[in-house]
Amino acid sequence: MIKTPQELKYTSSHEWVRREPDGTITVGITDFAQEALGDIVFIEFPQLGRTAKAGEAVAVVESVKAASDIYAPVAGEIVAVNDSLKDAWEGLNQDAFAAWLFKMKPDNAADVAGLMDATAYQTHVDSEAH
Amino acid sequence: MLKTTALNGIHREAGAKLVDFGGWEMPLHYGSQIEEHHAVRRTAGIFDVSHMRVVEVLGRDARAFLRRALANDVAKLDSPGRALYACMLNDAGGVVDDLIVYYLGDEAYRLVVNAGTADKDLAWLARVAAEGGFSVAIVPRADLAMVAVQGPEARARAWQALPGMQAATESLKPFSAAFFRDWFVARTGYTGEDGFEIVVPEPLAAHAWRALTRAGARPCGLGARDTLRLEAGMNLYGQDMDETTSPLESGLAWTVDRKTDRDFIGRAALDRSPPARALRGLLLLDQGVLRAHQKVATAHGEGEITSGTFSPTLSRSIALSRLPAATQVGDRVAVEIRGKPLAAVIVPYPFVRQGKSLVDSFLSQERSS
Repeated sequence: MIKTPQELKYTSSHEWVRREPDGTITVGITDFAQEALGDIVFIEFPQLGRTAKAGEAVAVVESVKAASDIYAPVAGEIVAVNDSLKDAWEGLNQDAFAAWLFKMKPDNAADVAGLMDATAYQTHVDSEAH
Repeated sequence: MLKTTALNGIHREAGAKLVDFGGWEMPLHYGSQIEEHHAVRRTAGIFDVSHMRVVEVLGRDARAFLRRALANDVAKLDSPGRALYACMLNDAGGVVDDLIVYYLGDEAYRLVVNAGTADKDLAWLARVAAEGGFSVAIVPRADLAMVAVQGPEARARAWQALPGMQAATESLKPFSAAFFRDWFVARTGYTGEDGFEIVVPEPLAAHAWRALTRAGARPCGLGARDTLRLEAGMNLYGQDMDETTSPLESGLAWTVDRKTDRDFIGRAALDRSPPARALRGLLLLDQGVLRAHQKVATAHGEGEITSGTFSPTLSRSIALSRLPAATQVGDRVAVEIRGKPLAAVIVPYPFVRQGKSLVDSFLSQERSS
C-alpha cells in the first residue's frame, strides 16, 4: 500500500514537501515515486546556494532502471542536502518520507500553500496509475 | 495485446511488476531487483525465460545447413547434448541474432533464439535453407516453456526439488544438456553463475516453477537478469550488437570460427575489412550510473556505451562500450553524463564471475577531483 502522509504537501511530479518552523521546506520523493523507480543507487544533489524556479530540475535520482529528474516544488534557494543518504541510497526505498533530499528557502511562502494536499495528490496518483 | 507465458498467473500471484518486453508481458522484478541479483550470486534464483524461442532444425542436411547459417561451427559438437554459442550473420557480416545451438543427433539440432527476433530468425533461416537447397525442416516449438535456475546452489536446489533429476544431470559438463523425461536440462545460463536452463512442455511449467521455488530458488525478473549478464560480460542482442555491427566489433570474435575454409554467411564481409571498433568494458571511477548511448571520449576518438548499469556486486557502475579499436585495457576515458565528463577506466570483462569481482585491481584507482 502506497503511503501519503496527511501533513505534507505534494507536487504532480511526485515530490513531497514539509513546511518547517524556520520557514524553510524539506523536499523528498513520494512512496509512489520510489516504488516506480525501483532500487535507487545514486543521487546527484543540487549545489548548496543554488537558486531555482518552480518546476526546475535540481537533482537526479538514479535507480537500477533509469535516471529521473527531481524538480524544485517552488522558487527559492537550496539551503541543505541530505548527505547522510550517501552510499546508503536504499534508505530512500525503505522510507521515502524519512529520506529527504534537500531543503529550500522559498522566495514566497504563499507558493508552498498552493501545492497539492494529500487528498489531491492521492487523486493524481490514482489517475496516473490507470 | 501482450503475449504471456505459461507462468504469467504465478508471476501475478507473486506480486511481480510486469512490463512489456519485446511484446511479452514479463516480470521486471518481484520487489527488489538488487536482492534478486544477490540471491543469484550467493544462493539460487529462478527466471521465467519462456519468451525465448526453441527452434528445431531437423533432416538430412541439418549439419551442413547450420555450418552455412552460423558463424560458429557446429562441426565442433561431437556428442549429443553438447552446446555452442553462435551468431547468425547477414551477408554484410551484421548480427541477425545470437543463439545457443544444441546437438541432439546427426539430423537434429535445437536452437534457442531471442524473443524479439524469433519471427525474423525463422524467416531468415527459411531463406538460407531455400537458397542453399538444404533438405531441412525448421520447426518452432511454441509448445515449450523455459525456466533458468542460476546460482552457486542452483543445481543442488534443482536436484532437491525434482526427484530423479540428480541422476540424470549430475555428470553434465558446462555447456551441455540432457533429456530428463520430457524435460531438456542444459547446464547453461546468462548470469555468470552455475545452473541449469530447463525446457519443459508448457503444461509442466507451473509444476517446475513451484517445485524449484519451494526448494529455495528465489524468483528473479528481467531487471536482475540484465545486471547479472552485464556483470558476466555477456552481450544483449539489440543493445550490444545488431544487424549493423559485426561480431568482431562486438567482443564476439571468439564465436566466429574461420579455422577451416567453411563458407558461412557473412564470412566474406568479415574477411574483407578488419574491425575499426571494439567492445570494451568500462568501470566508472566517479559517482553516477553509466547508461546506453552515453558518449565516451578516448585518446583515439569517440565511442558510445552500448549497455550500462549499476553493478550490485561491485557497488559501482559498469558498462560495455563500442570504442576505437586502438583503445586498451587500462586507458582512462571520459563519459559524458548530463553534460559533465566523468572519469572511467577500460577494464577486461567479465567483471564478475561466480560471485567474485574480477576488476578489484581497478577499483582503487583515483577518481577525478
